[in-house]
Amino acid sequence: MSALRTSRPARCGQYLALLAYLVFLALPFLWLVSTAFKPAPELASLHPTWIPKDPTLDNFRQAFDEQPLLRAAGNSLVAAVAAAVIAVAVATPLAYVTARHRGRLASAATGWVVISQAFPFVLVIIPLFLILKNLHLVNSVSGLVLVYVVWSLPFALWMLTGYVRAVPAELEEAAAVDGAGRLRTLVSVTAPLLVPGIVATALFAFVTAWNEFFFALVLLKTPEKQTLPVVLTHFLGAEGVADLGPLAAAAFLATLPSLVVFGLLQRRITGGMLAGAVKS
Amino acid sequence: MSSLTATKRPGRTRAPRAAHRTRPRGPDLGAWFLVLPALLPILVLSVGPLLYGIALAFTDAQSGRTRATGWVGTLNFQDLLHDTLFWDSFRIGAVWAVGVTVPQFLLALGLALLLDQKLRFRWLARALAIVPWAMPEVVVGIMWRLVYNPDAGVLNETLRNLGLGEGRDWLSGLATALPAVIVVGVWAGMPQTTVALLAGLQNTPHELHEAAALDGAGAWRRFRVVTWPALRPVALAITALNLIWNFNSFALVYVLTNGGPGGRTRLPMLFAYEEAFRYGQFGYAAAMGCVMIAAVSVLIALSLVRRLKGDQDR
Repeated sequence: MSALRTSRPARCGQYLALLAYLVFLALPFLWLVSTAFKPAPELASLHPTWIPKDPTLDNFRQAFDEQPLLRAAGNSLVAAVAAAVIAVAVATPLAYVTARHRGRLASAATGWVVISQAFPFVLVIIPLFLILKNLHLVNSVSGLVLVYVVWSLPFALWMLTGYVRAVPAELEEAAAVDGAGRLRTLVSVTAPLLVPGIVATALFAFVTAWNEFFFALVLLKTPEKQTLPVVLTHFLGAEGVADLGPLAAAAFLATLPSLVVFGLLQRRITGGMLAGAVKS
Repeated sequence: MSSLTATKRPGRTRAPRAAHRTRPRGPDLGAWFLVLPALLPILVLSVGPLLYGIALAFTDAQSGRTRATGWVGTLNFQDLLHDTLFWDSFRIGAVWAVGVTVPQFLLALGLALLLDQKLRFRWLARALAIVPWAMPEVVVGIMWRLVYNPDAGVLNETLRNLGLGEGRDWLSGLATALPAVIVVGVWAGMPQTTVALLAGLQNTPHELHEAAALDGAGAWRRFRVVTWPALRPVALAITALNLIWNFNSFALVYVLTNGGPGGRTRLPMLFAYEEAFRYGQFGYAAAMGCVMIAAVSVLIALSLVRRLKGDQDR
């Protein structure tokens, strides 16, 4: 870039554009946070302010009183952890084969990953609903986990295939030459190198399941079984009339786990994407 | 999140080809053993339901009916042909998909070019980009309802302070509802698109950039001649995927307007969801899903297949 000098007005324009973007990105979220900490009188004010004059935690307390948030968070946690663990456990061996053998199976796996991106989920959820109903798994978190596992498999497979390919096949061949069997090679040579990639994929699957709404809305009928995103919509009430404070408080809380996980993951995601692009 | 799939392209990082010669081309028995744990759930819970769903479109399946479900041929599709409400939603879905994808792409492109420069505070932009990306769509919808709130929302208050009128109820106005939800869609998906394009930008050969600059090429010419050709594959793939995802989206608009006012934001998925799970018309809703997947397949056929083939032939 050194040969490219940018003129002063252009630089100013760039910083203005960056500022505009930061404002567009940050303000809605700051508004959510601000609303969550506002006491009732300030929420009712016709001239709302950015910074609550009298910040309070009442909204959070009220949110927990109004809806079974803790149980919903528990359901979300169980569904997301189970889905992430199972998806990765199931996808890793397939990803290994897809990455190492370039044959019909690898093409089929790739094709399926692409096609699955195009599913209008209503076409899948109707039969799934009927199937799970016959298995008495509607309105159960285990039924939802099944759906989430399959739903997160495509990108888990895609990510993991990339991580396997990043492990040089020469390493495995060297182990084979040294007399290690196939299983031993996998367990003691390949698997340890894959651990960071597996963890990243699992975290990604976790966030996706934690945030998921459509399947949970269809499959979970009773409030005791519902996950956090579904319970959040109960705050909206009929005709869009909502208790703004508790709504904002609950929404803010529901975001925190994803934000933390994504914050941990961000370097890996962008880093991985950038590395993948640079190496090509 | 799955924009990763568009740009990461793990295939590029594979080991040299010679390493593969010693290995069998197809999976042997041991490989099948590794494949089965994933293959079974995929077949049973993904491919199976998809085929079952397509089959349901040719039946009169309904929820809670006592009579056995019967085969009705193309009746659902004939009904669908005359269902103006469905075609309205189809049109709205197309407007929404294009309306979100195009501005999002242009903004993300500008931003990616910006973040590719050595600017101070760009770390802040990258850090903040996590927020829309990591947020549950339901929360994004709730958050923007707070912003758009006619009385206590920040948007109307800002407009009032700027002397731009009294503001309005954006999400309930017949004319403003669709543009208002489109803005949210752009907000929610922009970071992903930006990161994908930023990754693509790393493909641009900087030496070429500098050479062009030394030859006296202006910024626009450098973009057209050097940057865009390198970025094009990523840009096309992410645009196609965004169109598909947006056309099939549900949660955001469900929370923002639930399809209202008067169906002005009723995306096809919202329509099909209501048909299936409120009115119990499984067969009919499945037919809608078929029409949607057919529309989307055209897009895939046009863009992704060629791209993938290119990847595999390498």
